[in-house]
Amino acid sequence: MTVGSSVQGDPVAERREPIQVRGEVLARRRVGAYQLVEITAGGIAERFRPGQFVALSVGGPASALLLRRSFAVYRATPVGAFSGTVQIVVGVHGRGTEWLAGVRPGEPLDVVGPLGRPFRLPAAPTGCLLVGGGYGSAPLFSLAEALRARECRVDFLLGAGSQDRLFGELEAKRTAGAVAVCTDDGSVGRRGTVADALPDEIERTGAAAVYACGPMAMLRAVGAVAASYGLPCQVAVEESMACGIGVCMTCVLPVVGEDGVTRMSRSCVDGPVFDHDRVRWDDVGTVPADALGAIS
Amino acid sequence: MTLATHPVKMTTDLAGAVLPNPVLTASGCAAAGRELQPFAPVSALGAVVTKSVTLRPRAGRPTPRMAETPSGMLNSIGLQNPGVDAFLAHDLPWLAEHDARAVVSIAGGSVAEYAELARRIAHAPALVAVEVNISCPNVESRGEVFACDPLAASRVLAAVRAEIPAVVPVLAKLSPDVTDVVAVARACADAGADGLTLVNTMLGLVIDPDTMRPVLGGVTGGLSGPAIMPVALRCVWQVHAALPSVPILGVGGIRTGLDALQFVLAGASAISVGTAVFGDPSAPVRVLAELETALGERGFTAVADAIGYAHRDPGVELVVPPPPAPATDPARPSAAAGARPSWRLGEEDLW
Repeated sequence: MTVGSSVQGDPVAERREPIQVRGEVLARRRVGAYQLVEITAGGIAERFRPGQFVALSVGGPASALLLRRSFAVYRATPVGAFSGTVQIVVGVHGRGTEWLAGVRPGEPLDVVGPLGRPFRLPAAPTGCLLVGGGYGSAPLFSLAEALRARECRVDFLLGAGSQDRLFGELEAKRTAGAVAVCTDDGSVGRRGTVADALPDEIERTGAAAVYACGPMAMLRAVGAVAASYGLPCQVAVEESMACGIGVCMTCVLPVVGEDGVTRMSRSCVDGPVFDHDRVRWDDVGTVPADALGAIS
Repeated sequence: MTLATHPVKMTTDLAGAVLPNPVLTASGCAAAGRELQPFAPVSALGAVVTKSVTLRPRAGRPTPRMAETPSGMLNSIGLQNPGVDAFLAHDLPWLAEHDARAVVSIAGGSVAEYAELARRIAHAPALVAVEVNISCPNVESRGEVFACDPLAASRVLAAVRAEIPAVVPVLAKLSPDVTDVVAVARACADAGADGLTLVNTMLGLVIDPDTMRPVLGGVTGGLSGPAIMPVALRCVWQVHAALPSVPILGVGGIRTGLDALQFVLAGASAISVGTAVFGDPSAPVRVLAELETALGERGFTAVADAIGYAHRDPGVELVVPPPPAPATDPARPSAAAGARPSWRLGEEDLW
């Protein structure tokens, strides 16, 4: 946990505290059904670790959209030709993302980040299978770099509804060992879901750990397959958030703690990365009767 | 940002709690302050109003808990909190260590529960005031909300007041969803409330046109944000007009210093920045700076002089805006300086 000034005097922890910066759109381009937006955000890229996210204000200064939109960071580039930048992948779901998908270079953007707990990395070189659904694969590429830096073998399994909703296939093929692709409609790769394809990929790659990011139903299914092979699986969840920093309590899901007690945990500060086996998938969207403080 | 033309004394007295400035967080919008620290240092705020705490831990309501609405949001969190034991063990000590002042919000389902909570927090560190969240269902009265019944509200306030040391003010947080907010305010003040927090969220509903069902897991939720600011301001105005000696903590949709100024002018001794924090975690410190500037620009030397100023009689002007700052470039005098009104009243014109 790095939020809060309980870290004062601890330089490493202080560097990891989230910050709020007035950034600017540097570039935007279409990638399939999505928009890739690069934002100058000095200080955030330097603090970033794979799996973390940023929370953006949307709609400009006179906006009636008050709440932040949270995005997994696809790529963070510390200071180079520009001040540090972060790249996010935007899929249009509503008015806020519609606005973001149309921003022009130079548009000011207020950015808070990096937020949330990052992926944990294996202590020793380990074969890792990275599973992404739709643009949920975005955070897996910086994770792959961090894993390779630790001499881990990295393979990818990417899936989506259709070809235009796949994200990062070419990049995965350039950088990873094996890359398997599947689509619900069969427009590219194997027909079916990533969970359908996962057993073959685990056996083919010999992976010893699974990382996954994408829609909740996908995460649930992928983790179940990984568990059937006895593999540890970390997932980065997508829950609706209002603030991204841990104060609004809207992004909760039932998670079992080290002490065996189920709590309604905030996916923004307790996640977004969770061990798959800690999340009570059957009970997401409810408050289980045995959760701490549930009304019995 | 332009600087205030002269320093403004921002200290405020909220029902006996002397605060270094009048900008606070709002209950439920800042947790217990810790998450805000990287963006708005808690020691810089007038006080941190903590999320309502209950006797026992509460898991809250099922998701979805939030729906964005035009210039606002609807929430149905269900008072998720770790319970008073964990709050006293972890949250208040942290606030004390970080030189923050805490206004502790308490919530209960019966008069006895409120009284028990008040006993538990009465001597806690960092405590400068107690805010009684009475927008809770009364389990002893078919779930009717305390804040909607002057008698039930007054019983809660009397019970809490009896448990809290006299030097610590007790504030009643009222709901705007009543026919006569002044009647509830008067009942609470008569029962011993030292001040009032005006207002809590308004009850609202959003239906998803695709599923054709309510969006929120809890069906209805509390509406907050700039959308409710005129309603909140009206409540502050009415209560201050009727009960001018009862201090008010104004809350509801504030996101700029000029919003905060409106609440002060309507009669608030201090204000809370709530939903704006979700969109801008540094909003409280920004609002404070903007409010100070706005007061200075209007000729106030102390925020205390601005409290209720909008209620003054027609024709009465007690403050005089200072002349505009001289233009930075002497070759180009500013248009504002040239257009200084010659009819501006001096102090000698007033008395």
